[in-house]
Amino acid sequence: MGYVAIKGGGQAIEGTKQVFDYLRTRQGDTSVPLDTSTIENQLRLLHSRVISEGGVYHPRLASLAIKQAQGDTLEAAFALRAYRSTQPRLVETPALNTGEMRITRRISSAFKDIPGGQMLGATTDYHLRLMRLELLNESPEQFSEIAKSWFSGIDVDVIPDTFPKVLEGLRAEGLLPEIDQRTRGQVPFDITREPLIFPVSRSAALATMTRAEQGSLLAMAYSNMRGYGDVHPTVAELRVGYLPVLLPHPITGDLTEIGEVEVTECEVIAMYESNEANDKPTFTLGYGVCFGHNEVKAISMAILDRALQKGMKDGPTNPSEDPEFVLLHVDGIDSMGFCSHYKMPHYVTFQSDMDRLRKTQQKQDVKEPVV
Amino acid sequence: MSSYDTSASYPFGFLDEYAKKEVRRTTLKAVAIPGYQVPYSSREMPMGRGFGTGGLQLTLALIGKGETLKVIDQGSDDSVNAVNLRSFIEMTCQGIETTTLTDEADILQSRHRIPEKPLREDQLLVLQVPYPDPLVVVEPSEDKRKLLHGEADYSRLLVKLYEDIVKFNEITISHRYPTRINDHYVIDPSPIPRWDVLKINQSKALILFGAGREKKIYAVPPYTKAEPLAFEDVPFRVEDFTDEKGQRRVCKRCNCKSSFLDEFVDSKTGEKVYQCSDTDWCNEQLVLKTDIEEAEAVNG
Repeated sequence: MGYVAIKGGGQAIEGTKQVFDYLRTRQGDTSVPLDTSTIENQLRLLHSRVISEGGVYHPRLASLAIKQAQGDTLEAAFALRAYRSTQPRLVETPALNTGEMRITRRISSAFKDIPGGQMLGATTDYHLRLMRLELLNESPEQFSEIAKSWFSGIDVDVIPDTFPKVLEGLRAEGLLPEIDQRTRGQVPFDITREPLIFPVSRSAALATMTRAEQGSLLAMAYSNMRGYGDVHPTVAELRVGYLPVLLPHPITGDLTEIGEVEVTECEVIAMYESNEANDKPTFTLGYGVCFGHNEVKAISMAILDRALQKGMKDGPTNPSEDPEFVLLHVDGIDSMGFCSHYKMPHYVTFQSDMDRLRKTQQKQDVKEPVV
Repeated sequence: MSSYDTSASYPFGFLDEYAKKEVRRTTLKAVAIPGYQVPYSSREMPMGRGFGTGGLQLTLALIGKGETLKVIDQGSDDSVNAVNLRSFIEMTCQGIETTTLTDEADILQSRHRIPEKPLREDQLLVLQVPYPDPLVVVEPSEDKRKLLHGEADYSRLLVKLYEDIVKFNEITISHRYPTRINDHYVIDPSPIPRWDVLKINQSKALILFGAGREKKIYAVPPYTKAEPLAFEDVPFRVEDFTDEKGQRRVCKRCNCKSSFLDEFVDSKTGEKVYQCSDTDWCNEQLVLKTDIEEAEAVNG
């Protein structure tokens, strides 16, 4: 009977697990299992994306999540998030200073030259997207040769670890708003421990966006860039690198570095706004940051931060300025989960739907005059 | 690098203790304000948002060792999602029992149905909720909806029902029927059919609603008034199971004439058949039917 489809659920679920796992291994005799360090290194940008959307900085488990999800970023970030639910929050770090980052890349599109210089680092921005056919038959020897020879001829000692922030210069010139002293020392909103109740603080918005799904953030930010909004950003600085994480020493209380996390940070400048209080007008800022190396996400977040600030102040005039619209729809775990749930049986509610339709059809039939 | 402990060791109920405490405190508030949607932080669970993570968090936070759990989806214990949830709870809550019998359960977690058999005071029903707010059909902004709820302003919802009557001569809401609790808050009773809405009214069991993705918990305490929205001259109507001849359809399996029926097509005969949606109820009726038949055979 047709009914059988939703019966025997236990067996069916077991079967799907097995076939899903089989597909992972079916490559044949030449296949070797992916090891997690390979994922972290050779698929580092995929890894970055998952660690950022998963919202917990655990590189090894992020690799495992990618492996078991067979490369599905949403699924992998999901597994990492679920793992996070089993962990208590033990301590909070003080606000960390991204000026202290060990930089691997930093650029500014606002100035030709910036203090410390533009450092392109690893990017595909200016690559020609042509197929590198030589990688099809890459030998292990050729592969390891690249890493071996990379540092030869580079004087590593002259490269500074940190660089000053571009915004500092602009702030010193009075082109940027003063730092809002009221927010100094405020405890940031923790979206993992409190629900969003609108209107929400800017820190809640930033926290939501930093673990948002990259594609969702990009789509919303792109709508603003194209014309459903008017941020017109300039990238004051985009930096990628390792941010030292500090915690008070348990005995001395002194701030001590306990490790570092790779982050991407973006600060965009937007046009100035007239100020009601007749203060001097200044540029406005948007801020984006996320775990891992993920520039599109950081830039999208910075643009949306700027758009949301405007929406919170003057009321939204387009979707990307509406905090509820943006913040409740960018989480990948929420949205993919709900999208997938439509695959579950819904026959009870569908029975009710049919009942309503039949009833209204019947009433229509009765009403129609017989000719 | 140090080697990792690969044995999966999760805390009882999967969630860390702080998370469970938060769910319990939120639940207390929900019971204290019947029908009010209490926000909570809602942790990510290892199954999809939309698969019952809100109900699951309630169950995990409330169940204790020695208690018995029943999990159903569409009225069935064996539906894939019910099986999945049940085995996850069994895995992470050592020392609990599970059952398919409504009578035996201390906690019942359900999606889309309330069991046919009336629940008792010592039982707890947890319903999984996709959309906690009935006002979402008339007001997309949560901020504004909160205000409407506070003022018990459901006029736009009533207008929607009225417009239905004007257009179709019938209220077209099939499930998730807006229901007023204790004369104030209107709730979305989760996607249960209208058939089940009346069971909420003066229910002996506490009913908890968990919306994981939307991060809300709400409750209908025992012996609380629950009224589906309707008009004096257009009463609330449950699903109609009478056939073309005006006869009440019966369950093909157990002959029950008073249960919510699933409709499906027999793949062999191509005939449309009906069967109880609540499998435990159907099994119980089947035993009764067999008993009667046996007694008749003996006496006859």
